[in-house]
This record gives sequence, structure tokens and C-alpha cells, in this order.
Amino acid sequence: MSPRRDASEERFGWLLCTPAVLAMLLVTAYPILYALWLSLFRYDLRFPDQREYVGLANYASVLTSGVWWESLANTLIITVASVAIELVLGMLLALVMHRVLFLRRTVRASVLVPYAIITVVAALAWKFAFDPVTGFVNPWLGLEQAWLTERWSAFLVIILTEVWKTTPFMALLLLAGLTLVPQDLLDAARVDGANAAQRFFRVTLPLMRSAILVALLFRTLDAFRIFDTVFVQTRGAQGTETVSIVGYHALVTRLNLGLGSAVSVLIFICVIAIAALFVKGFRVSFAAGEES
Amino acid sequence: MKPGSSLLDTLFWRAGGLLVLVYALLPVAWILSLSLKPAADLNDKHFVPGELSLEHYQAVFVDAQFPAAVWNSIGIAAISTALSVLLAMFAAYAIVRLRFRGRALILGAALSIAMFPPVAVIGPLFNLWRTLGLYDTWPGLILPYMTFTLPLAIWTLSAFFREIPWDLDKAARVDGATPLQAFRHVIVPLAAPGVFTAAILVFIFAWNDFLFAAALTSTNDARTVPAAIAFFTGSSRFELPTGSIAAASVVVTVPVILVVLVFQRRIVAGLTAGAVKG
Repeated sequence: MSPRRDASEERFGWLLCTPAVLAMLLVTAYPILYALWLSLFRYDLRFPDQREYVGLANYASVLTSGVWWESLANTLIITVASVAIELVLGMLLALVMHRVLFLRRTVRASVLVPYAIITVVAALAWKFAFDPVTGFVNPWLGLEQAWLTERWSAFLVIILTEVWKTTPFMALLLLAGLTLVPQDLLDAARVDGANAAQRFFRVTLPLMRSAILVALLFRTLDAFRIFDTVFVQTRGAQGTETVSIVGYHALVTRLNLGLGSAVSVLIFICVIAIAALFVKGFRVSFAAGEES
Repeated sequence: MKPGSSLLDTLFWRAGGLLVLVYALLPVAWILSLSLKPAADLNDKHFVPGELSLEHYQAVFVDAQFPAAVWNSIGIAAISTALSVLLAMFAAYAIVRLRFRGRALILGAALSIAMFPPVAVIGPLFNLWRTLGLYDTWPGLILPYMTFTLPLAIWTLSAFFREIPWDLDKAARVDGATPLQAFRHVIVPLAAPGVFTAAILVFIFAWNDFLFAAALTSTNDARTVPAAIAFFTGSSRFELPTGSIAAASVVVTVPVILVVLVFQRRIVAGLTAGAVKG
């Protein structure tokens, strides 16, 4: 293609992109600015007459409340635990899918099942499985545990559900990276006497660095937004509230738009911070990659 | 079989493959089993039902709530998919085929929206939709679904469109085809698989969403399946209608699983296209 840019092509390009860009601005940029604006007001839909400009008071009351910090800690616990498990399990899954010859198509297709299931349905299936009255898990493990009524065991069920549902996505991203590792490099390492573990950690893993970082970025941001699973399994009870649940309750359950919007803006800032951290990680990783 | 792979090696990967199958299908089998247990056996804690009964399936379809939710879900997801893929097709074509400033900007904007936390906009949307009369309507859900799936659709379609040998339509034109004929008989068949893949991914997203459905709907007018199932009420306020929930879950899960299994290759290509090249 020629590097020349002509004005009509430029205009046509923008014309084609305008509907998509407008839609994206209308439903994300505009509401987030509106949330920023609303967060500066005392604004409770049950008492709309008392609407009043309060400056940063909403932020002050969110940031000084135990609820916000506890939910942030909960969200980080769930995010870090589930993404870490998913990375290891996803890598194993990717290796199996890469190497398996027996029932190859079936195995690869079955991995898509958790991805395709509605999250609410998956969360309910696991909730019933762990239920002390209905579920099969307690008899299988020989326990009498009411999993979802205690904080840490509830976390366990929530994280298990997250891991089950999203590991396949992680595995597919990693599998795509795995297929890019040249086989002759692995064969050369084998000839040089490297065992399977050495080949994996010294050859395969370093070559997959960018695939791993992309998968981690996607999944971390996704896990940080966790809502469906927690809502269905505990509704945020037993100290399992996540930031999205806190935002939802403030906005939809209590109709407190001022306070809820402040929570929304804070969540938005957290997401930007996580993304920025990863971008920095990418830079470091690529710089390191070029040196070696 | 690869050279150098021993019997032990083969057995190891076979066992791995079987484990993956069990991992993926266990909760599905469980919810299917629950849905088929007679009401009296629901609490027997057995993984495999002793007796089979279709009573829960009858129950969910007798109640007006579930059929309404299925209809809402299908309609809303289908319209959102059509709109999202249409807008994304225009954008992806421009990004791949035309040289204009802002291509990188649009791809970047799409990426940042893919990471956007939906909970940050439900408050403003809730307030806005109430004022505009969009609360608890189809368009009230179609708009956010269309927008939040645009990034996925644009990235997937751009990745697919990049692989199309666009010059073929010039060749067809030289051979005497009109521009429209060249487009219909050359470009459309080449682009169709990508468009189809993007459509499946977008549909699954819209079909899955719970947050917007829970926040922006309240009645059978627009409540979709995930919200309906999550807010199912049984005969008593304190008891979860386990059997009905299980039956409803199976009804909405099985068709999607079938679609996914049939179009397995395309979905995998679509899910990884944006990420690997991006």
C-alpha cells in the first residue's frame, strides 16, 4: 500500500468508524463523566429534594469507611488467588491440549464448555454442589461443612467457581502462545541433554513471555470486576463483598447515586492503575527480551 | 505419533486429556442431574439421580417468568449482536483497508473499553434510562451490550479482515464483474467466517451478562435469563427453588454448548485472534 494519504480516503475512514466510536463514547465516556459529576453531590433518589453540592465529601466518606477497604481487600484476594491458580492450571491445560492426540477434538471442544456457560448458572451449579443439604461435595469429602456461611470457605467456593469458568480462556490464550514456540528449538535442547522440565522452564516459558503477560492482563482486569459469582453465591454476606457488589448495592439497592458514583469512580481509578502496572511490566519485559 | 514418545508418555497425556474432560463437564453433569431428580430426591446428595422426572421442566414452562426471560434474552442478544457486528464491520474495514490518522487511536479506544468496569456506568445509565424512559426496556439493554461488545467485535474482525486477499476483487473487476458482483461473489464469502465468529462471541457475551440485566430491568418486559434465574422465587421466600433453577439452567445452557461445540475451531480462532496479534 502506498504511504500517500489522500483527504477523501481519510474522510471515508472516519465516516466508517464514526458509528462505532460514537456508540462507545455514548455508553462509556459520557456516563463516566456523568458519574464524576454525580459523585460531587449528595444525591439520594429516595430524597431527591435534598440534592446538594458537597464537593469531595462522598469520597471522604467512602475512603474512611471500613466497607470500601474491606471490599477492596476481598476483591484483591479473589483476583490474585484466582488469576494465580488459573495461570498454573491454564498452562497445564494448554500443554495437554497441545500434546494430546487421543480424543483431541473432544478435549479441545470440552474446554469451551465452561466459557460458554452463563456465569450465573455456573455459580448456582457450584453453590448447589457445595450446599450442605443438596450437594454432593460434602459426602464425597466426608465433611459436614456449610461452605457459604463462613468467610474463608465462601472465598474458596467463589475462587473455585471463577477458576473453573475462566481457566479455559486463559488456556486458549496460552495455547496460542505455545504453538508459536518453534519445535526445532525444543528438539535442539533435547539433543543437548535438557530434560522435559528444563526444556519447559528454559526454552518454552521465556518464549511465551508476551502471551503470558497478555493473558494475565486480560484476566486480572476481568477478575477485578467480579460480580455475578459473588452476587449469586453469597450476595456479599459473610464479609465477601467485592467492590462491584458495593457499587451495585449503593447505586441500585439503596439508590444513593452520589455515594455510588464515588465508588464507581474509585473502581475506575483502580482499573486504570492495574492496567498501568501491566503496561510498565510489558515495557520491562520487552526491554529484557531485547537485551537477551 | 511423535518420535521418542514412550508408552508412559502416551498414557500420561491420555490421562491428562481425560482429566480435562472431567474438569469441564462435572458441573454441567451435576446441574443436569439436579434438574432430572424428582422433588423428593433433590436433597439426597447423590451425584447421579436415582429416579428421573421431568416435573421441573414442566414447572419452569408453566410459570410466565421463564418463557418471557428466554424470549427477552434471545431478542436482546440477537439485536445487540447484529448491531455490534454491523458497526464493527465498518470500523474494521476502515482500519484494515484505509490509511487514515486515528486507526491506532480507535484500536486503542476499543482496547480500553474492553477493560472498562461496567459497574462504573450502571449508576449514571440507571438514572439516564429512567429519565429517557429506557429503564426496563429492550433498547435499554441493547445499547450497553452493543457498546461493550464492540471492542471484541472490532478486534476479531480486524484480525480476520487482515488475512483476506482484498486484491481478488480487483481481479474479478478486470474479468468484467461489476463492483457489486465482485463484492458479493468474492469478498462476502471470504469475510463471512470472520463475521460469523465475531457474531458468536458477541452473542455469548450478551447472553451471559448479569450486571446490566440486574441493574437496568425489573419486570418480565426486559428481564433476561441470567437475571431471571438469579432472582427466581420459589413457593416460599426462604427456600431456593433448586429444581426449577436447575431445569431452567439446562434449557439455556444446552443450546449454547451445542453451538460452541459445532463451531469450536472458529471460536478458538476468534478468542485468540485479537490477543495474539495485539
